[in-house]
Amino acid sequence: MSYKEKGYITPEELEKLGLLPPRERLEKGPVVIAECPEEIPCNICVHVCPFKAIKMDKIYEIPRIDWNKCIGCGVCVPQCPGQALFVVDLSKPGQALITLPYEFLPRPEKGMRVKLLNRQGKPVGEGVIVKAWQHDRTWAVTVSVPKDKWLEVRAIWIPEK
Amino acid sequence: MPDYRIYEHPILDFRRGRRVRFYYRDKVIEAYEGESILAALYAVGYRVFNRSPKLGLPRGAYCMIGKCSSCLSIVDGVPNTRICIEPVREGIHVEPQEGLADIRRARKQEVVETVKVETDLLVVGGGPAGLKAALVAAEHGADVVLVNDHFVLGGQLVKQTHKFFGSRDYFGGTRGFRIAEILSKKVKEYSNVHVYTNGFAYGYFKGGVVGVAVHGEHPLNLLVKAKTIIAAPGAAEKGLDFEGNYLPGVMGAGGAQTLMNQYGVRPGDKAVVIGSGNVGLIIAYQLLQAGVKVEALAEILPRIGGWFVHAAKIRRLGVKILTRHSIVRAIGSDRVEKAVLQAYDERFRPIPGTEKEFDVDLVLISIGLQPDTKFFAQAGAVMKWVPEAGGLVPIRTWGQETSVENLFVAGDASGIEEATTAFIEGEIAALSALLKLGLGGKEVEERRGKLIDFLWNEYRMAPVVRRAREGKLKVTVSEEEMEKIRMGEFP
Repeated sequence: MSYKEKGYITPEELEKLGLLPPRERLEKGPVVIAECPEEIPCNICVHVCPFKAIKMDKIYEIPRIDWNKCIGCGVCVPQCPGQALFVVDLSKPGQALITLPYEFLPRPEKGMRVKLLNRQGKPVGEGVIVKAWQHDRTWAVTVSVPKDKWLEVRAIWIPEK
Repeated sequence: MPDYRIYEHPILDFRRGRRVRFYYRDKVIEAYEGESILAALYAVGYRVFNRSPKLGLPRGAYCMIGKCSSCLSIVDGVPNTRICIEPVREGIHVEPQEGLADIRRARKQEVVETVKVETDLLVVGGGPAGLKAALVAAEHGADVVLVNDHFVLGGQLVKQTHKFFGSRDYFGGTRGFRIAEILSKKVKEYSNVHVYTNGFAYGYFKGGVVGVAVHGEHPLNLLVKAKTIIAAPGAAEKGLDFEGNYLPGVMGAGGAQTLMNQYGVRPGDKAVVIGSGNVGLIIAYQLLQAGVKVEALAEILPRIGGWFVHAAKIRRLGVKILTRHSIVRAIGSDRVEKAVLQAYDERFRPIPGTEKEFDVDLVLISIGLQPDTKFFAQAGAVMKWVPEAGGLVPIRTWGQETSVENLFVAGDASGIEEATTAFIEGEIAALSALLKLGLGGKEVEERRGKLIDFLWNEYRMAPVVRRAREGKLKVTVSEEEMEKIRMGEFP
């Protein structure tokens, strides 16, 4: 079953499509992963990247990221209409940092403990928000997660107080 | 009284207008200026707005945009009023209509004033295609009349809370409701654009005259003699045949979207969504944002219909997507209390023993849209049935002109696509109209050529929209071919 039947993509499928950065690059510092495997007519990321690190010749091509130009700033994360961009940083020991889009209540705040969800919405542990900022009401939330979960966690859920 | 109004939302701020009181049956209803009558009633718990004429079955809200006739009511003595697109006003008396209205009991109709106007361009429909068309024509100095059946401009943009895909030149990255605000504001800045909201284009007459019934406080029979007409009346949500499909709570997914995102009224507590096109996927996500639980999203085909990124957004929040599933039954007395979904085999036959019951109060149908082409049919435009376009659509030239000379089509009425193509088609139609009016020179012709090239040879070449492109190719012809069609030759 492909992502088009399941509604979520697997690491194997991402790897096959060439969408995962090399391990060495991930360990150097933050870098963006585009989980955008389908050719859809959209090129917003290309325009918003301050480092011109995303390439697309025709408007419907899959975004290709130059992992040497990308510094993982996350500017693209809350601007992607498909919410398909995630910044991963494996440079710190013990923990991985993931920056992901979030459009729900309650509002995320630094220091909050949150539920970590995988691509199927299953809880896979707890994380802590280390940074949160907004672009046009979409949050870019950076959470620290157990290091072995960097390829699993793709959403957070903040329990109501 | 229950209160379904949303006060806190992650994306929207509901800045409600002045308090308004009106009467429903014998009760006083508190509402806010800017709400439709239906939204105000829904907000305080009403779910049944009419009864079927023969069996007296309850009729609830379905489309919320004036297309489905499910909410016909009597407003200040006027029967057959679509209360979903009728704004609340202080002191009005609203009565439910039990089946067909009795015309003898209708308020004695005053003589409605008839006003005749002449214009270069009449635009019917103030959604993305119509607004863009009106703006492009106005920029080039054309006199424009814009009529819109809803009391708010923007068409379905007003309820789109997601950031738009596509090209930055056509608002990619901007939320739909913001685009509606930007375009409506711009249109009002042009003194050569005359806007009539709450105005329904009821007929096309000889000599390019269009009759428009303007409803509301100051009703008007507007007769517009237009040199050119761009009609962009949009589309309506399709219904689905299953047991109990009449029950209030079975609603077009777009109808629920109107309630929660335009009016800030929560459509229910728990939902199942039927159909996995972009509309179903996007609305499932927006239901979660409005605090509605989504128990499941069913798709009868083996694959998800809409774009993967939309599916991924709800999947990672735990929403189940059941492929090869659909609804077989909605259960409830006067409203939905349960929904039964069932698995289907590859020949679309239900598999016995696979029923799953869900305790929900909403069954949202998103199995596709059908173009609203009544206006073109009545005007005598040659039409063709194209499944990829959503049904019957007018044949048109590359410049969007139908077989009725000087009548252009744009947006979903020309075949179902999405807002970006609606903007582009509206712009192409406006540029074509300008050329006909003699208001555009070489620059307009070049701009139109480039746009047609981008639309057909780049944008619509994306694999996910190529089916729509193929559908539209079947009804798009050259000027020469159109001349033959006008002479009675069918392609």
